[in-house]
Amino acid sequence: MSEVRSELKYLASHEWARVETDGTVTVGISDHAQDSLGDVVYVELPEVGTTVTAGEEAGVVESVKAASDIYSPISGEVIAINESLEDEPETVNSSPYDDGWFYKVQPSDVSELDAALDSEAYTAAAED
Amino acid sequence: MGNKTALFSQHQACGGKIVDFGGWEMPINYGSQLDEHHKVRQSAGMFDVSHMTIVDVKGAGAKDYLRYLLANDVEKISSVTGKAMYTGMLNEQGGVIDDLIVYHMDGWYRTVVNCSTREKDLAWMNLQAENFDVSLSERPELAMVAVQGPEAIAKVAQVLGGKKAEVAQSLAVFQGLESEAWFLARTGYTGEDGLEIMVPEAEVAQFWQDLVAAGVAPCGLGARDTLRLEAGMNLYGNDMDETVLPMAANMSWTLAWQPEQRDFIGRQALVAAKAAGIKEKLVGLVMQQKGVLRAHQAVVVEGVEAKGEITSGTFSPTLGYSIALARVPVEIGDTCLVEMRNKQVEVKVVKPSFVRNGKKVD
Repeated sequence: MSEVRSELKYLASHEWARVETDGTVTVGISDHAQDSLGDVVYVELPEVGTTVTAGEEAGVVESVKAASDIYSPISGEVIAINESLEDEPETVNSSPYDDGWFYKVQPSDVSELDAALDSEAYTAAAED
Repeated sequence: MGNKTALFSQHQACGGKIVDFGGWEMPINYGSQLDEHHKVRQSAGMFDVSHMTIVDVKGAGAKDYLRYLLANDVEKISSVTGKAMYTGMLNEQGGVIDDLIVYHMDGWYRTVVNCSTREKDLAWMNLQAENFDVSLSERPELAMVAVQGPEAIAKVAQVLGGKKAEVAQSLAVFQGLESEAWFLARTGYTGEDGLEIMVPEAEVAQFWQDLVAAGVAPCGLGARDTLRLEAGMNLYGNDMDETVLPMAANMSWTLAWQPEQRDFIGRQALVAAKAAGIKEKLVGLVMQQKGVLRAHQAVVVEGVEAKGEITSGTFSPTLGYSIALARVPVEIGDTCLVEMRNKQVEVKVVKPSFVRNGKKVD
């Protein structure tokens, strides 16, 4: 079984969001997503300083099997991206919730995440 | 539930991620497709290919039958026992019904055709057999394991010992021989040295376990696809089908035009098509920028209205960038444009062969 974490919010399209203690939000893809995609070979991330919008494309993850759009779970300014994924995209497979994070956002309205799925609802959605 | 090969429980025991593959429950990988790929290029990996269809052709008319049925000429392999040949089996229009390997045995032939095309292949082969003194027999009781990589033959010999090991080490490239109800052939679909081994179903689980113990890595269909694509080998259904002529699928070399009096199915249509002018060919594409070429992306050739199409595309684990096979207008030069994700990217055009024996093909 793939791992889900109760402190995270999810989208049905398999992205996760974590509200950090400083109020920023970190975004990545779920364990289920990395497992379905197979070995990740490229990750295209938004640029620092650009704005992402909840529910809209923020990047692309490419595995040996397929290309998959990344939809942002949250709106706001991108304040950091995980640059290590440029050289080590496989980190997305080995550590989807920790070292394999994608980008961090200064959210314009953190309550947007209220509409996202909790871990239980995501588990149910991912099983369909 | 789909069909299962005799190795299904071995795949589960090895942690295989099982997917439906043309009605068969097969492993796509056992953890990491990339690791499996590298194992085959660097040491040895093995694939369960028991889903493929083995058909033996026997009878006084076997040779004449195959010389009519197949576009390549089995006469070429008739002087060496076990010699193998790659060929297309064409329809009357010259389209490729399937690609297959045929082995010349003593007085009979063994063919291995694709799994996804099994039913139509058997129907076609049986139909054509009506005019010849031949009998066709499928061999579903034989499992098949492909052991591939620079250390593959040594590992197989170590595991088997005895006569079979001697046979394994004696084989010439593209030769297959029987040994104690097994069949060992020095063929493959990876661009590496290695063997494809047909094994009675009752013995194959033990053989698989012995190979695992000897350090041969179980590899899934995912790695099989990236390996064959690096080697520039066609995948039926992707790179050619019944609507594609061999010349447009990098299979011209498999067409035996001599002797001229040999009639084979599709010959007339191919002669006519050549006279009219072949408009497409299959080339290799290389993209060193970030991103992955994928099947069905459109290919734009400068100065030509008709677009080409990628037939197979992937990330090449050995090269570290993306490669593809594409059917394109014959006018294509050294570069072309690929339409991917709402943009056009310039890529290099090369011969459709990227990696052989662990190394980049220049």
